[in-house]
Amino acid sequence: MTINTLRRHMRESLKSLGRNGWMTFASISAVTVTLLLVGVFLVIMFNMNHFANKIESDVEIRVYIDVTATDKDKQALKAQIEAIPEVKDVQYSSKEQELKNLIKSFGEEGSSFRLFEQDNPLSDVYVVKTAKPTDTMKVAKKIETFKFAHKVKYGQGQVEKLFKTLRVARNIGLGLIVGLLFTAMFLISNTIKITIFARRREIEIMRLVGATNGFIRWPFFLEGLWLGIIGAIVPIVLISFVYYNMYEFLKPKVTVPFLQLLPFDPFMWKISAVLLVLGACIGVWGSMMSVRKFLKV
Amino acid sequence: MIEMKDVYKTYSNGVIALNGINVRIKQGEFVYVVGPSGAGKSTFIKMMYREEKPTSGSIMINGVNLAKLKDNKVPLLRRHIGVVFQDFKLLPKLTVYENVAFALEVIEESPKIIKKKVMEVLDLVGLKHKARFYPNELSGGEQQRVSIARSIVNSPKIVIADEPTGNLDPDNSWGIMELFETINNRGTTIVMATHNREIVNTIKKRVIAIENGKIVRDEARGEYGYDN
Repeated sequence: MTINTLRRHMRESLKSLGRNGWMTFASISAVTVTLLLVGVFLVIMFNMNHFANKIESDVEIRVYIDVTATDKDKQALKAQIEAIPEVKDVQYSSKEQELKNLIKSFGEEGSSFRLFEQDNPLSDVYVVKTAKPTDTMKVAKKIETFKFAHKVKYGQGQVEKLFKTLRVARNIGLGLIVGLLFTAMFLISNTIKITIFARRREIEIMRLVGATNGFIRWPFFLEGLWLGIIGAIVPIVLISFVYYNMYEFLKPKVTVPFLQLLPFDPFMWKISAVLLVLGACIGVWGSMMSVRKFLKV
Repeated sequence: MIEMKDVYKTYSNGVIALNGINVRIKQGEFVYVVGPSGAGKSTFIKMMYREEKPTSGSIMINGVNLAKLKDNKVPLLRRHIGVVFQDFKLLPKLTVYENVAFALEVIEESPKIIKKKVMEVLDLVGLKHKARFYPNELSGGEQQRVSIARSIVNSPKIVIADEPTGNLDPDNSWGIMELFETINNRGTTIVMATHNREIVNTIKKRVIAIENGKIVRDEARGEYGYDN
């Protein structure tokens, strides 16, 4: 293809956006509305996932060491735990340390626990973290069988429930996004089909004067691309604007670490890129699907 | 040169449109195709620019057998054949100039050559001064001139016309015929399906009459031969 031809295709595709005014508007609106929905869902999904990851990574297994265990036994237990492939990290926390943490967590009233400093009823503890949070239950069960592991705690019951909830939420979000994308493609391909149907005469004449199918397809390909890209701009700007303001507004107010939003930069750049690519893809896909049936000899 | 041998065409709905056609048209000839409606004229014409494929038989155009031509080669064939229709088939949103230039753009000519060739043919059909007009600003005769200009801008060896005067008043029809004669005099083969008795009987050319899918008459300087 020559430069002149490419320039012609560019010119033609841009011109036809203007010539098919209302249809162009309809197609762009279809892209805009769907990408707006997809974009909002993506933002919610990623943030939810972010919260979930934070919560999950706080899950830990506390292994209470039997009081009769000697230092050697403790070392052996640690080695045993570390030998489990799913285990990422094992921290030792002595009973003195545990008591300090306890006192600290109770704040001012904690000082009454100081009485126990003389005769500490707590146990020494191994704090175990798994590489994947969902392996927690499995690993905890295994550690329970080890000698000198007096008690194993990881928030039994709650953790299972938490993981289940997060999993369901993720799947629902993913399902919604896939569903939305399909709806978008269907909508756009239908809208473009109408614009192309109105132009079947143009295609017929192109074929009569000896245009190859590839040549006929190009302007439509570019037109789909423009529709998709233009359609993506509004949702990108809108979502970025709202997200930026929400982020700036919430940042000083929310102090709980796992409830913080993902920072605007780079998160919003990624979302914008995703929306742009999605817009371009569904635009091109829609227009190629519709032009196909007019090109059969 | 166009040569059809034992061409049969049966449409998928069972209609037999062509029932054994044998014909030779030499380069530079001017041929009228006449016959009643539904006799197979249109199918006969469509065969020549490969809008329809024959069910059996061969159609040779300049040494290429259209019966065996692959779909992706059809565009190349059409660049050597000009086609003119009763309803002009112009693009309403393009100017006269753009409509004609269209045929050159699709074969990726350079803008310079496009401009030169388009102005040449517009001059030939007498519409140079209306290059910037849109089709709906022209009379029927002028629109048909534009469509003829588009069909010959590639300098094809053959021009195929399907009732080119069907939508025109007598004055305009004669003008169009003059134009076809000019094109024919430059050595281009012209095959024209028509219902216009007066034209066929006045401008004497070879006449091929088709009835029930067969050639029933083929005369060098024939008459129209039907009442309507």
